[in-house]
Amino acid sequence: MVNKQLKRLYTFLIFLFLYAPIIILMIFSFNSSKSRGVWTGFTFKWYIELFKNEEVLTALYYTLLVAVLASIISTIIGTFAAIGIHNMTSFKKKVVLNLNYLPVLNPDIVTAVSLMILFRFANIDFGFLTMLLAHITFNIPYVILSILPKLKQLNKHLAEAAMDLGATPFYALRKVIIPEIMPGIVTGALIAFTLSIDDFVISFFTTGPQVTNLSITIYSMARRGINPVINALSTLMFLSVLILLIIINKRTSKDVKHRGDII
Amino acid sequence: MTRLGKLVLVLCLIMIINFIFTGCDRKEDVLNIYNWGDYIDPTVIKDFEDEYNIKVNYSTFATNEDMYVKLKSGAGNYDVAFPSDYMIERMIKEDMLYKLDKNNIPNLKNIDEKFINLSFDPENQYSVPYFWGTVGILYNRKVVKEKVDSWDILWDEKYKNEIVMLDSQRDSIGVALKKLGYSMNSRDINELRKAKEILIKQKPLVYTYVIDEVKDLMIAGEANLGVVWSGDATAAIRENENLEYVIPKEGSNIWFDNMVIPKSSKNKKKAELFIDFMCRPDIAARNTDYVGYSTPNNEAIEKLPEDIKNSKVAYPNEEDLERCEIFKDPSDFITKYDIIWTEIKAEY
Amino acid sequence: MKLKWTSYPYIVWMAIFIIIPLLLILFFSITSGDVFRLGEFQFTLDNFKRFMNPIYLKVLGRSITLALQSTAICFLLGYPMAMIISKAELKKRNAMILLFVVPMWMNFLLRTYAWLTLLGRNGLINYIIKSLGFEPLSLIYNNKAILLGMVYNFLPFMVLPIYSVLIKIDNSLIEAAEDLGASKLEVFTRIILPLSIPGIVSGFTMVFMPAVSTFVISSLLGGGKYMLIGNLVEQQFLWSGDWNFGSAISIVMMIFILISMAIMAKFDEDEKGGGLW
Repeated sequence: MVNKQLKRLYTFLIFLFLYAPIIILMIFSFNSSKSRGVWTGFTFKWYIELFKNEEVLTALYYTLLVAVLASIISTIIGTFAAIGIHNMTSFKKKVVLNLNYLPVLNPDIVTAVSLMILFRFANIDFGFLTMLLAHITFNIPYVILSILPKLKQLNKHLAEAAMDLGATPFYALRKVIIPEIMPGIVTGALIAFTLSIDDFVISFFTTGPQVTNLSITIYSMARRGINPVINALSTLMFLSVLILLIIINKRTSKDVKHRGDII
Repeated sequence: MTRLGKLVLVLCLIMIINFIFTGCDRKEDVLNIYNWGDYIDPTVIKDFEDEYNIKVNYSTFATNEDMYVKLKSGAGNYDVAFPSDYMIERMIKEDMLYKLDKNNIPNLKNIDEKFINLSFDPENQYSVPYFWGTVGILYNRKVVKEKVDSWDILWDEKYKNEIVMLDSQRDSIGVALKKLGYSMNSRDINELRKAKEILIKQKPLVYTYVIDEVKDLMIAGEANLGVVWSGDATAAIRENENLEYVIPKEGSNIWFDNMVIPKSSKNKKKAELFIDFMCRPDIAARNTDYVGYSTPNNEAIEKLPEDIKNSKVAYPNEEDLERCEIFKDPSDFITKYDIIWTEIKAEY
Repeated sequence: MKLKWTSYPYIVWMAIFIIIPLLLILFFSITSGDVFRLGEFQFTLDNFKRFMNPIYLKVLGRSITLALQSTAICFLLGYPMAMIISKAELKKRNAMILLFVVPMWMNFLLRTYAWLTLLGRNGLINYIIKSLGFEPLSLIYNNKAILLGMVYNFLPFMVLPIYSVLIKIDNSLIEAAEDLGASKLEVFTRIILPLSIPGIVSGFTMVFMPAVSTFVISSLLGGGKYMLIGNLVEQQFLWSGDWNFGSAISIVMMIFILISMAIMAKFDEDEKGGGLW
């Protein structure tokens, strides 16, 4: 009995630790004072100002645009790459896979400065394009890593059978392989999207004056005091993710009963 | 899933179309402005955009050094930047700036002659004064009860965790050099080494190294003794009347931030238009009122409220100013400053 | 199957955006001279020699120490948590895991910044301490604040992999051990712990790696006083403009990480299914 209480308390404390800053953020999005730490009254004004604040809205726009484009492009390239890698001879496969691990294992900051040097050498103007290329680059390896296990589970003879029955390789790919590895592709795309939306380090080093994402905006704001508008925006984003997750969870809860765990 | 999938697809399409359209929008003129954090009245930018139908991309830097690296590395084609004296000298030397066409900047006539043709830009071919100011100590009278008139107080054990230093190499090393009685433009490696030693010794006493947040920290009373630029002092004193600003007796730094057009600019005419706009008396007055620094614009001073016009912080006595030095470009010696600053920051 | 060609676009991509940039860093680290004018450089090892200065080695040492400490704390806090979750009933279990993942959807800079509101001299925690009549503590801008920021940001990376291994442990093993008279402690030390090693290994790597290379957490919570190796790289690239020295530090950091990964992989050699994939 005591044991159970202890567990409850422990769980509570850990979640308190995880959520304390988030709750603080949300509370302070309703604070009428601009400075952090001083509560002066309840207000909705930051939510109204949010929709007028061009700096934040542009940053949000670029964050989403880069995340969507980068995750789509990296999912496409990554899916094909995974299928190709899966069909390679073992030596080549090993080489490519190890190289593929590099951006995953390398510290973000090393990837970031290496890309910065590359763009500088290629004389590309820093901006939207460089940031997008950088995001695609660090996304693809994660897409590949989430698809490869599904390919391993795939019955080798399935595609062969399809082709024996007259399917072109491309047709077999489209009708047999892709549907079978769909869960891996979806996971990969989601991971890519999440990484991209939250990225700071790589964007920070590879973007130019015209384009900033939310993370960069927040980092530069941290120097001169965060505008509570950001708190309002994060509260909205957080709540929408939460609601989305609850809906998905509700809809698939029957599924989960059969299949078990979500990860 | 399929419905969700379609929804996502539609959203993507909207975004892509939107992107293409904003891409077309780019044909309208765009100016990339690169300024210090919190160094302009934001409504001024809006007015400029409306008046000339030019889109302004406004981004900020924290110190001269990071601005220089950004411009030098070509990571950004800025049209107007706001470096200080010694950095302008360096950028002129390295051929990074355009010569200005003064016919396009008629409002230059509003600038006080005192601020024209200074040593870093002898014929004012490259830069137009924006603000000037000094470096000094801001302290909270309620906590620091003794008389503050020397840099030495920043090394006083009593004020452990009350002290805020500037996270800027020239300013912090300069303070240490002045405390030791040397010139802020020292080119003597032994003097620099001594400065490094005392800055490292000071580290345990320092609450934090910051730039723009110093205002908030001092207003909120989180720290009570700090090295600040005069305009930040003005802005902080406005919010917290217990604060006071002094230029220490050992002398300090007087600086000038000017507007320049880097060679990366692709729109020099429009950049000059922007510079001219900033020199307009009403605009300069609004900026001065907002940021609290000292304006070189004679016409603008006339338009300022009395309390700012007569502020000793923004417009100090002649004798205080005489003790102040202007930073010079240390040219090849700059790497020594870089290395020493890195070592100070790294040591603990 | 002749589907190898589908990976060719990626191989080209990889060559341009992964391999060439790393070679460029390597090139920069062994040269000096004007970075931005080709043809005006010399090959040299000075950048690495400069890093051997005790000041910089101390920075590296501090980064490693802090990263190890945060990994250890994450493990001590995270393992019990993973066990509690894995033993809960299915519905609760999924809900709890979701609760662990959800914070990651809020911008991590913002979450870290929010700690300033809690820890600041006039922050919430000090407010409570003061109203209880004690002296306010200095909680921010020091080593411990950085440590806290690391644990806070990376705790989920420890819990999730351990959890995903724990739920796969066959319950009949535990029952068998209990039937044979093993105590609870013995069951834990001789069955559960050894079987969860793959999860622990990937948890360790997933916490240690980002912790050792971070510059954001230390610059937000460390007040510019505590430089980590990540800050050093950032400073060289963005403030001092010494890309050669910055590249040398990056190379050192990269080699260090790859070696520690290889060591970790040894632990994990024949175990499978530890990671998030």
